[in-house]
Amino acid sequence: MSTAVQSQDPHPAVEPNYLVSKRGLMSWLVTVDHKRLGMMYLASVMFFFLIAGILAIALRTELFTPDQDFMSAQTYNQVFTLHGAIMVFLFIIPSVPAALGNFFLPLMLGAKDVAFPRLNLLSFYVYSVAAVFLIVAILTSGLDTGWTFYTPYSTSTGTAVITATAGVFIAGFSSILTGLNFVVTVHKMRAPGMNWNRMPLFVWAIYSTAVIQVLATPVLAITLLLLIIERSLGIGIFDPAMGGDPVLFQHFFWFYSHPAVYIMILPGFGIISEIITVHSRKHIFGYKAIALSSVAIAVISFVVWGHHLFVSGQSELAGVLFSFLTFAVGVPTAIKVFSWVATLYGGSIQYNTAMWYGMAFLWTFTVGGLTGLPLSTLAIDVHLHDTYFVVAHFHYVMVGGTVVAFIGGLHHWWPKMTGRMFNETAGKWGCLLVFIGFNVTFMTQFFLGHQGMPRRYYAYLPEYQVMHQVSTIGSYILALGLLWTLIYLMHSLWKGEKAPSNPWGAVTLEWQTQSPPIEHNFHETPHVHGSPYDFPEIDKSAGGHH
Amino acid sequence: MLFSLLIAPAAAEAALPPSNPGTPPMSDSPWSLLPAASANAEALDTLYIFFWVLCGIAFVGMIGVQAYFMWKYKKPAHGHAKTSPLTHNGKLEFIWSAIPTFFFVILFAWGEIEYMKQVTPPPDAMDVRVTGQKWSWTIEYPEVKGCSLTNDLYVPVGKPMRLTMTSVDVIHSFYLPAFRLKKDVVPGRYTVLWFEATKPGLYPLMCTEYCGDEHSSMVGRVHVVPQEEYDAVLAKACELKQGDAESAEDFGARVVTRGGCASCHTTDGTVKTGPSFKGLFGKSETLADGSTVTVDENYIRESILEPNAKIVSGFSLQMPSFAGRFDDKQIAALIAYIKAQK
Repeated sequence: MSTAVQSQDPHPAVEPNYLVSKRGLMSWLVTVDHKRLGMMYLASVMFFFLIAGILAIALRTELFTPDQDFMSAQTYNQVFTLHGAIMVFLFIIPSVPAALGNFFLPLMLGAKDVAFPRLNLLSFYVYSVAAVFLIVAILTSGLDTGWTFYTPYSTSTGTAVITATAGVFIAGFSSILTGLNFVVTVHKMRAPGMNWNRMPLFVWAIYSTAVIQVLATPVLAITLLLLIIERSLGIGIFDPAMGGDPVLFQHFFWFYSHPAVYIMILPGFGIISEIITVHSRKHIFGYKAIALSSVAIAVISFVVWGHHLFVSGQSELAGVLFSFLTFAVGVPTAIKVFSWVATLYGGSIQYNTAMWYGMAFLWTFTVGGLTGLPLSTLAIDVHLHDTYFVVAHFHYVMVGGTVVAFIGGLHHWWPKMTGRMFNETAGKWGCLLVFIGFNVTFMTQFFLGHQGMPRRYYAYLPEYQVMHQVSTIGSYILALGLLWTLIYLMHSLWKGEKAPSNPWGAVTLEWQTQSPPIEHNFHETPHVHGSPYDFPEIDKSAGGHH
Repeated sequence: MLFSLLIAPAAAEAALPPSNPGTPPMSDSPWSLLPAASANAEALDTLYIFFWVLCGIAFVGMIGVQAYFMWKYKKPAHGHAKTSPLTHNGKLEFIWSAIPTFFFVILFAWGEIEYMKQVTPPPDAMDVRVTGQKWSWTIEYPEVKGCSLTNDLYVPVGKPMRLTMTSVDVIHSFYLPAFRLKKDVVPGRYTVLWFEATKPGLYPLMCTEYCGDEHSSMVGRVHVVPQEEYDAVLAKACELKQGDAESAEDFGARVVTRGGCASCHTTDGTVKTGPSFKGLFGKSETLADGSTVTVDENYIRESILEPNAKIVSGFSLQMPSFAGRFDDKQIAALIAYIKAQK
């Protein structure tokens, strides 16, 4: 044990925790406490997850038969657009960084707060304004462009494109401000003794994510601004009818949105690194490889956007280069997965709900990663592009990767955030339902896509019906698992046992203060002397690499 | 609905070879709904199988090791076991970085080689023009004068075909699953797709770039016919004249098919992007400016030739003009067909 702050609560119950240290609605609305802001983000992203999830169930239900059932074509197109836009911009992108990142980044660094607490509050309100814009877009004339806003369709459709893109534009600023705050926090606020090699891997992941957020999001903002200018002022930038180039929009859009994929998944990697080490009582295997592979992914992610344009008519040379660079991202990703599996070796694995999600992640993310390979392979992508194969692939990465990691992280840190333990048996049932439901829903879609089922069809050839029905039933199981999870977690807030400060015996700093933490996190500034994964169970006498 | 869209012309056109495999995309393979009907499709299937074998081994291997560790290193019932101090292993990490890299390079190179074949049409390829619009495909054969088909592509076996494609409105994508090919169809520029069909049959053609309300209805048919029958089949398909024993209404039904009208206009009363033909004739409709119009011969004719002239309230301009594509006799037959949809 080499971390200084090991004693449990040197001053138990001297100070009230952050939830009750100040009271009243106003104390929440104007709080600059990163933990309260994290909880407010958590509530917001969960609300949007629920909304977008209900839309997903509506889509799957419409697809139960090949014909049009209960939604008109226009309604279906709006529902899939909103499902995507809400999930991406209001749920997944802020989910791990803004909710769990806000809460745990300063705690894991041994800091009192983020570097700019007021900026953090502003960032939350900017996000809220963005959400209002998107909701107004839904309630006025809807949005039917798909979440990608491809021109010239988005320039010519009659729906609320300007309101919605303005919402996404504003959400981008929230993302930039949060990213900036985190980068500075990691550079300047680390506890004494915490050098870069002693940072928890979750911090490394959030740091890499924050760098991408700061560098890539402005490009999306510019792109959407150009789209708004084209629509409102009639200046031809993307619309060929006005002398523009529609494919240019795709280049701009994916220059942001491909790195955004890593904004979504890198924080999930960080969570998995924490969960697997803590619950197997093992030092992470290949700390440097995992930390640096996050950085490598962040860098390479900026030069792979062209794989979204393999069939757009871009030059063959560009296609070949982007295909090669896309394969290059696969290498650091594979290194991470192998390192997680190797971490299990020689461990003493405790199977609680968080670890169940960790193990489920290794399955779902590996499927998501491997099925990225045929999409990187130029000739195969020509067949699979814009079919259900792509839908299945990115749901395996976004849901099977990010969301599974997010829910796992929520269970891992729930005792710290809320001060309550949830029912482990209920948790495992929830995880099982989510895992089965998810795989039934999306595994089927790989086959559908390979058989030629295109994306974004509300009616389809009857040959595809059986597979669509299996997928729909899977989505109901998945929804049931998620609802069940919501119920027992809410139940634990009132009826759960009080959580000890360090229920899993973890070494990182967030567990070295009481649950829930006090407003200023630590009674005394912690000092760090060693690795964040130096567990007491590790058999030092056995030798090994240090 | 889509189903009937696909099989109706097949029934109407007796010229199709008897070996027609039935409703696309049904296949003769027990493993797939998807037939492989071009040289490219066969080459890609080999690559695809290679990928699955490779990834299958990788996946089973990784999950197998994970499952073994999960079982082997489960914590004892009470307390914790001593755990391994292992933190890294340079040699192992090098190996597991190098092996995926090696296979990635193979997949990349193989995919690149096949891709270059996909995008390089032979010089002797036959030219076809494709125009995408909301929501149908117009297919024109330069060598048959005035031949303009909707959603039907005729292709001879064993002869390379080169499609030069563009769009008049938004981006569409021309997807031929049986040939494992697709290419975006972009307004303001030409894109090219080529293939050589190897197996006679009827295969689907679909739009794979979201293009609005009836994106799902932008489904057509590829008729692959033996070379010796091709000219006759194409000539017959291009011909749009009333048969001697054919009623105006039946001829009108063929005109409707040729125009691709069904992607927006139903005959069962369901309102899609355009009004349903059912009970349309003789109806009084309100226009956007509040004036009313009776749907009669003149109004229908005007709407076909100048869709923008009088748009009924609740609809928007989505229809392309058919001026120059349908002659007076064809329009008359179309009106007779609409009249008959009571």
